[in-house]
Formats: sequence, C-alpha cells, structure tokens
Amino acid sequence: MEKQTFISIDTICKYHKVTTAFILSLGEFELIDIQVINNEPCILQSQLAEVEKYVRLHNDLEINSEGLSAIFHLIQRLELMQQQITQLKMRLQLYEEQAE
Amino acid sequence: MAFIDYYNILGLDKKATTEDIKKAYRKLARKLHPDLNPNDKEAQKKFQQLNEANAVLSDPEKRKKYDKYGEEWERGEEFEKYQQAQRQPGNRQQSFSGEFSEGDFSDFFSSMFGGQSGRRAQTSYRGQDIQAELQISLEQAYTTHQKTFTINGKNIRITIPAGIAHGQTIKLSGKGGKGVNNGPNGDLYITFTINNTPQFKRVGNDLFTTKEIDLYTAVLGGEITLDTLQEKLKLKVSPGTQNAAKVRLKGKGFPVYKKENQFGDLYVTYQIVIPKELNEKQKQLFTELKKLSK
Repeated sequence: MEKQTFISIDTICKYHKVTTAFILSLGEFELIDIQVINNEPCILQSQLAEVEKYVRLHNDLEINSEGLSAIFHLIQRLELMQQQITQLKMRLQLYEEQAE
Repeated sequence: MAFIDYYNILGLDKKATTEDIKKAYRKLARKLHPDLNPNDKEAQKKFQQLNEANAVLSDPEKRKKYDKYGEEWERGEEFEKYQQAQRQPGNRQQSFSGEFSEGDFSDFFSSMFGGQSGRRAQTSYRGQDIQAELQISLEQAYTTHQKTFTINGKNIRITIPAGIAHGQTIKLSGKGGKGVNNGPNGDLYITFTINNTPQFKRVGNDLFTTKEIDLYTAVLGGEITLDTLQEKLKLKVSPGTQNAAKVRLKGKGFPVYKKENQFGDLYVTYQIVIPKELNEKQKQLFTELKKLSK
C-alpha cells in the first residue's frame, strides 16, 4: 500500500502566516480534504501545492474562501474548455487535411 | 536595454497618487494573477511586469529616481549610492508573493535599482515554478516510457505514461527552481507536444488512418494487412466496398491515459486505387464487364 504523508494545518498556517480558520474554511468549501490525525487537522502532502495556490490568491488578491470556491469552479471549467479546444483543433485539422 | 514605461503598464500617468497606483495594481493583478490564468504564458509575463512596475512606483524612493531620470536612467548620478543603500538589510518592500525570484525582474529594473536581495531578506520563499515543453512522437506517446532531459543544468528522468495527450501538462513536484532562504523548491510543469504522423492522426483516444486497397479487393472483397502503431492487423474487406468507406476497429486506437487496458478506436478510411495502365487482356475484360453491367 502506498505510504501517505500528512502535514498539519498548524504547520501550514505558521509557515504561510495565515489563520487556521482560513485553511479550515477551504475544507468546508470542499476545496481541500482535511483529515484529523491524532486529533490534529491535517492535509495530504499531495494537496500542499493546491493549498499554497489558495493562500497566494488569498494573500495577494484578498480573496476570501467564498470567492476562491467560485474561482475554483470557473478555473475547472476553463481548463476543461482548453482541453476541448485542443481536441477540436486537432479534429478540424484532420478534416482540413482530408479536404485538401 | 530598453526603457520600460511602468506608468503605462499600470495604465496611469505621472500624476498618479500612491492610492491610484495601489488601485491600478490590485485591479490588474486580479486579472493577470498566474493562479487565475493557468497555462497562459502571456498573462504570467504581464503579471511579472506588473509586479515590477508596482515595486518601483509604490516605493517613494524608487519612484523619485525613476521619475527623475526616466529614459535617461543609465546616467543617473545617484545610481551607485542607491545601489549601496539597497544592499542594506531590512530594506524590505511589500509586493505580491507570486512565485518569483530575482531573475523575474527585468534587466532594466536590476540595472536601475540593483538586485532584489533586500526585499525578502528574512523571508523564505518557495522556488519558482518552471514551465517546460517536451516534444515526443506519436509512437512514443503510445507506450509508457522513460525519458531523460536537462533543465537548468540538472538531469531529470521521468516516466511518461502511455496515452499522454498533445498539450497535456504534467507536474513534477519540487523539481522547479530552488527555494529562497530554505523555502521549498518550486514545481516543474512539462507540457507535451505530440505531432500526428503522415499515417496516423490522433483525436482524443481515437486514431484515424487511410488504407489503400486495390479495385479488385474493393469489388470482390478480401483480406488485407494493416500496420497499426503496435501490430499488424488482418482486416476483412466486404465485397462492394466504396471509396472513402470508413470502418471502425474498436479498441485498436490510442491507450487511455493512466487506464490500463483501455483503448480508443481506430478508424480506417479505404482509398480505392484505380489501375492506370491496363494490358490488352485487362482492357478486354473490363470492356466485357462494362457490357455486362449495362
């Protein structure tokens, strides 16, 4: 079984100078998955980059958790559309080559 | 080294107040922040310019110097003095974290204001994320394979899973720029470019190819051999197959990314080759056929 590494929310808050309430609110909005290990809220190490992205947006642009939740869903849609555009471009290229 | 118009970057004129600068910066940062513009290099570049413009114009000392010398900045009398002052510890200024290193500021900025070492003297920062592009062939993308390449002088060996898509980006955590003041390393993002081949076009997980068949096989039916990216397939051609007829070979397309034993489909378009030169006997037989089919 794959070994999982957890990072305590307390450590993240101290490092990035954000409040625990902010990180916990990311969990409430289901932007990250918070798990309690030995009575301490933690996240999986694999989620750290995602958390740091939200911290940057929060600190840099003063966006609260509600705003981050909305942005998250829009970015997901944007990325899906970017993928679809790439696929459609390839499909179009295929038809254009056939037409030549 | 080109002069950079920081006021223009912020959409302001020289009379702008500190509050105007702050407002313009925040407004543009919300638009151009790299986390809000994934895979948009242009936005990332503009955000860096914006950060630089703000670093200069929101600092009264820097702004004064910039305004005083403008395009003549290279001849600035205070240049040396200012650079010395910048090297003093504690000369720190607030700016967006982003993921920047000294290399993210322009040569113009570095020449005018010296390095950025004072700005983050006591704070550790995550290293810069690095974006890289890697071109692989369609055949390579068909199978899981390892590839070694060099980024910033470091050899990096990666395993590329079968079915990786054109334009897809994979992240290698901690393989980006080195962290500053013991901060964690940035990540390395590799975007793949996979070109179609003359034989095969890929759309999603499906493959498209064209196969020439002779007139007689098209009319009478028969068996042909088709080379795919991995194997040779024997195909039955139905009698009376028309030119440009398409057949779908289920599960013979491209592997689905990170899904074992799942494949897209292979679409084969038949191209019937009409004989150009006929011998006398053939001409005779075709003529007879023509008469018979009337």
